[in-house]
Amino acid sequence: MMDNQLLSIITFLPLVAALILALFMRGDDAAARAGAKWLALFTTSATFVISLFVLFRFDPSNTGFQFVEERQWILGLTYRMGVDGISILFVMLTTFLMPITIWSCWGVETRVKEYMIAFLVLETLMLGVFMALDLVLFYLFFEAGLIPMFLIIGIWGGKDRIYAAFKFFLYTFLGSVLMLVAMIVMYFDAGTTDITKLLVHDFGSETFSLLGIQVVGGLQTMLFLAFFASFAVKLPMWPVHTWLPDAHVQAPTAGSVVLAAILLKLGGYGFLRFSLPMFPVGSEVMAPLVLWLSAIAIVYTSLVALAQTDMKKLIAYSSVAHMGYVTMGIFAVNQQGVDGAIFQMLSHGFISGALFLCVGVIYDRMHTREIDAYGGLVNRMPAYALVFMFFTMANVGLPGTSGFVGEFLTLTGIFQANTWVAAVATTGVILSAAYALWLYRRVVLGDLIKEALRSITDMDRREKAIFAPLIAMTLILGIYPSLVTDIIGPSVGALVADYEAAQPAEGLALKEGTTE
Amino acid sequence: METIILFAPLVGALICGFGWRLIGEKAGQVITTSLVFLAAALSWYIFLTFDGETQQIVLMRWIESGTLGSEWAIRLDRLTAIMLVVITTVSALVHLYSFGYMAHDENWREGEHYKARFFAYLSFFTFAMLMLVTADNLIQMFFGWEGVGVASYLLIGFYYRKPSANAAAIKAFVVNRVGDFGFALGIFALFYLTDSIRFDDIFAAAPQLAETNLTFLWSEWNAANLVGILLFIGAMGKSAQLFLHTWLPDAMEGPTPVSALIHAATMVTAGVFLVVRMSPLYEYAPQAAAFITVLGAITAFFAGSVGMVQNDIKRVIAYSTCSNLGFMFVAAGIGAYPVAMFHLFTHAFFKALLFLGAGSVITATHHEQDMRNYGGLRKKIPFTYWTMMIGTLAASGVGIPLTQYGFAGFLSKDAIVESAWVGSGFAFWVLLAAAGMGSFYSWRLLFLTFFGTSRAHDNGHDHHDHAGAVHEVPDAHGADDHGHEPRESSMTMLIPLGVLALGAVFAGMIWYKVFFGDEAKMRSWFGMEPVAVAEEGATAAPETALGTTSEPAASTAAEAEAPVVEGNAAAAGTGGTATVAAAPETAPGTAEPGAVPAAGVAPKGAVLILPFTPEEQAAAKARLGVDEAAGGDPPANIIAAAHEVPKWVKVSPFVAMLIGLGLAWLFYIRDPSLPRRLAAQQRPLYLFLLNKWYFDELYDWVFVRPAKWLGGFLWKKGDGSIIDGSLNGVAMGLIPALTRLAGRAQSGYLFHYAFAMVLGIVALVTWMTLFGGAK
Repeated sequence: MMDNQLLSIITFLPLVAALILALFMRGDDAAARAGAKWLALFTTSATFVISLFVLFRFDPSNTGFQFVEERQWILGLTYRMGVDGISILFVMLTTFLMPITIWSCWGVETRVKEYMIAFLVLETLMLGVFMALDLVLFYLFFEAGLIPMFLIIGIWGGKDRIYAAFKFFLYTFLGSVLMLVAMIVMYFDAGTTDITKLLVHDFGSETFSLLGIQVVGGLQTMLFLAFFASFAVKLPMWPVHTWLPDAHVQAPTAGSVVLAAILLKLGGYGFLRFSLPMFPVGSEVMAPLVLWLSAIAIVYTSLVALAQTDMKKLIAYSSVAHMGYVTMGIFAVNQQGVDGAIFQMLSHGFISGALFLCVGVIYDRMHTREIDAYGGLVNRMPAYALVFMFFTMANVGLPGTSGFVGEFLTLTGIFQANTWVAAVATTGVILSAAYALWLYRRVVLGDLIKEALRSITDMDRREKAIFAPLIAMTLILGIYPSLVTDIIGPSVGALVADYEAAQPAEGLALKEGTTE
Repeated sequence: METIILFAPLVGALICGFGWRLIGEKAGQVITTSLVFLAAALSWYIFLTFDGETQQIVLMRWIESGTLGSEWAIRLDRLTAIMLVVITTVSALVHLYSFGYMAHDENWREGEHYKARFFAYLSFFTFAMLMLVTADNLIQMFFGWEGVGVASYLLIGFYYRKPSANAAAIKAFVVNRVGDFGFALGIFALFYLTDSIRFDDIFAAAPQLAETNLTFLWSEWNAANLVGILLFIGAMGKSAQLFLHTWLPDAMEGPTPVSALIHAATMVTAGVFLVVRMSPLYEYAPQAAAFITVLGAITAFFAGSVGMVQNDIKRVIAYSTCSNLGFMFVAAGIGAYPVAMFHLFTHAFFKALLFLGAGSVITATHHEQDMRNYGGLRKKIPFTYWTMMIGTLAASGVGIPLTQYGFAGFLSKDAIVESAWVGSGFAFWVLLAAAGMGSFYSWRLLFLTFFGTSRAHDNGHDHHDHAGAVHEVPDAHGADDHGHEPRESSMTMLIPLGVLALGAVFAGMIWYKVFFGDEAKMRSWFGMEPVAVAEEGATAAPETALGTTSEPAASTAAEAEAPVVEGNAAAAGTGGTATVAAAPETAPGTAEPGAVPAAGVAPKGAVLILPFTPEEQAAAKARLGVDEAAGGDPPANIIAAAHEVPKWVKVSPFVAMLIGLGLAWLFYIRDPSLPRRLAAQQRPLYLFLLNKWYFDELYDWVFVRPAKWLGGFLWKKGDGSIIDGSLNGVAMGLIPALTRLAGRAQSGYLFHYAFAMVLGIVALVTWMTLFGGAK
């Protein structure tokens, strides 16, 4: 009985807590604020514990969906949830990070109840995206997730929060409009919104002519592009990445953590769930473009990161570069590439989340993100210097941390597909070292001469405790990555095999002739 | 036991780094040092008892994805055994030395704790270096490779308050990353080609790689050569070879024990180790090997030329290191891998000795590093003087020509020069010049520091023209500078000097035969196939091959030779059809002992030395002047040939050393005003050398500034004007309008917008389902 409701329990537990807060929590005194925080922390922790059951009972050798739930819903829609090797670890990432995120905003004192509600709702929606097995359900979760994030930035953000919030919302929303259209087309073509059925549906790939342009790959290419518009913005890919630095800079620390660690991954997950398996021919047609956009993203944003004066912006640009490895790995479409992409997304969840928390630690003390306002922190904050160093090195992709495994696998994958892209992308290892160490040097090293920093204090117990699980995960996955690859491997293998089987045997160019 | 060696330093680093607050700094230092000494003792035990058979010990799974598999594993063969003793011995001595050296450090304030951190870093470095040399696959090697890079970064920047130290640390890391760029691409290419990153699989596939072409970037390349060069780019970074050498002199910002351990004895030799480790590949990549030879030779020359005019004692030794690494690469490039390892081995002793001696001098002179402010220290610090003297004798290559008696550097450097004469005439002459210059600056250092009269007081501290000078404490020349006479360092610093001095004297003589002197012993020591019993086997091989094909096609050669070597025990069982093999470690021996390995099997032993191809043999014959008609045997391979070089070649490095010594004596003892006059007379050349051929300035203009400018440009123009301005102009036009709407509003209004958006989505979905359902 429990088994076929487990996913729903995980998904909606945070929402239930949010409702309790909204309906029964009154007043805004210290006790109420603390209560809201504790309830949120307890709920997210409980969600994580329950999700562990799913993980332990998950059978990696089964490449199909597991824990599937299905029931009729409103308007003739079907409520359908399930996880497979590709999605389960994203679920785990979300449930793992949410308690940490909640705990990290212990110091927030404005509109605490609403803040907690926003995060709890956000968790429900993000989990829903990873588990939804129905197009409409997916779309609802996917789009609705914008709202809490929009509010988190817009209400609890920095000085230019309104601008950043709208930019965030419009970019991602406009990207999704095309996806909505594509979903409608898919429904007409396949007659169902069931993702499990769509995965095996053969969308047309005959080349046709549209406004005088030969569309190689036909319908699949069109659908691919529509989904691409949405996922590329979400991830984000170059050149539609400019909303991300603004959003990060204005978002409160916890918002940045969730944005970087989880929300960006929705785009990568979308590519793996929809683009590759449903439109293999379209993907193959567009893959060179995606690969080059990824390579450009890595070099371009790394260079831009070098020029930043705002800590959060620098890390945001570094995030875009790291997402470049993800798209590159996905569209290499081989075992190493896709394994690497998923690994990189998980690893980036821990590392970038931690880096934003690192910024948060000193922002809470000094209320500025300007790099020039700092310097010599190591003199008064040795523990902080150690933690920041650790995640800086992980961000740079040091072997032994999870950051290396993702980078290494994606690059290994892409080398087999395109050596040019591989070579360009590999320059990222040089540039990332440059900007990350440069940042670290300016903030942490040197003599402590700035008057304002004289009395800055090192991290307290809570702050250290927040970093502990992130450090542990980064190290464990770096030293024993089989924990992840054992789970995702079979599903990724099936994905790659199906993708290759779906390619027209006679090649794309020859297919054109058959349309006449 | 191997596992203990590997993890003892890590345990020490963790205990000391995280536990010193509980157990105290002193206890932390003692624990790390004891654990490294333990590792050193075990390493020597292995080194002396090891039988040459390659062993593999799997510890744990690591990165696995599809066909890509890798483990945390220990590969123990002769190469590893050599590196184990080098690393753990020098590391143990440096740990001990640091007790004294770090006891009082003026970079830290009263009551600040820095010693535990220092010892933890040292031990962590040792662990990473051990991981590098015990790796059984390329990515574990990369783990160690990057690990030592981080340790180096942390230790160079150990004095984190000093901007120059921080800059040097970043420079070291980033320049090394440029090398890693090549290394990483090499790994990707090897996986693409051989579907594995384990050494045995790669070695087994090497002969096929030589006949494979790979499309990489704009062109088709021979796979073996391409991979060889990519991996070597990694080695160039780590071993500070020309073009990627700029970080090494700056790395002298780190405390002196660090310079001895990391930037002289161990980490910088990792590149040489990489090339030697990959010898089964480089044997099939002649162009890559030739590139290594040329670049190594040029580096040796470049570093020698710059080293002659530097004034900072540590920088002189740093350039000397750079130059010696060039020697090692020449040896590796021409295929004399054991000789490269020989020099690596002896160099570790005498170079660590010189650095630690320099540290002792620096301590004695209260953190003065400019040699122009030394002089006459011979009497004041006699023990340091004598050990430095031994180090200099070893570094410059003093010994008795044409015998096997001499200081460590004499035997190993001469072995390289002799091999170079066979392998590459160019490299031979360039190395000879480098050897002369090396002798000059080594003796110059000794003369300037210990001879003459003290210049500590008469020299105005005019640091304006000390372009290359580094000072650990810029303001150390205060009143206290004049109050103290130089005095000898503590015992913890002198004991390591003494031990290393023993190594610098005897390491060459003791191990000469197994590294180079006796080919049969060398082969069994490195676990290679024994040298051919039947002499005609060696001669028949190239000649038969000559008749069929000029390519070193493994199977062809093996088949042709099979009948000749019937009597050899090692060849039994395989015959000429050794095409399929079982697991590499159980694979039977190859057809021709010590020659071309069978296809599809990793060659036996720690390194591979192929017999000469016919062209190589003809060239070697011509060089050596072997007259077959008169009964002379043509040399079978590079090592054999190097033993046959003419007497004048064998004596030449000694002559070069004498010239360098003589010039140094002339310049710094006989007529100390000569250098100044010569520098004035040859000012452009002097400045060119003093400024290190202007590499730093060049790189600043070509790479650093453009990258910074481009970053700013892409940010402001690319992101700001182009992307936000036009591509998404529509969206961007909307935002200001919406912002204005919300501008007056309090954040509460956002809830209303959000609600409207939810309604919008719901409406869209409803429309879609109804419309869809109607169909």
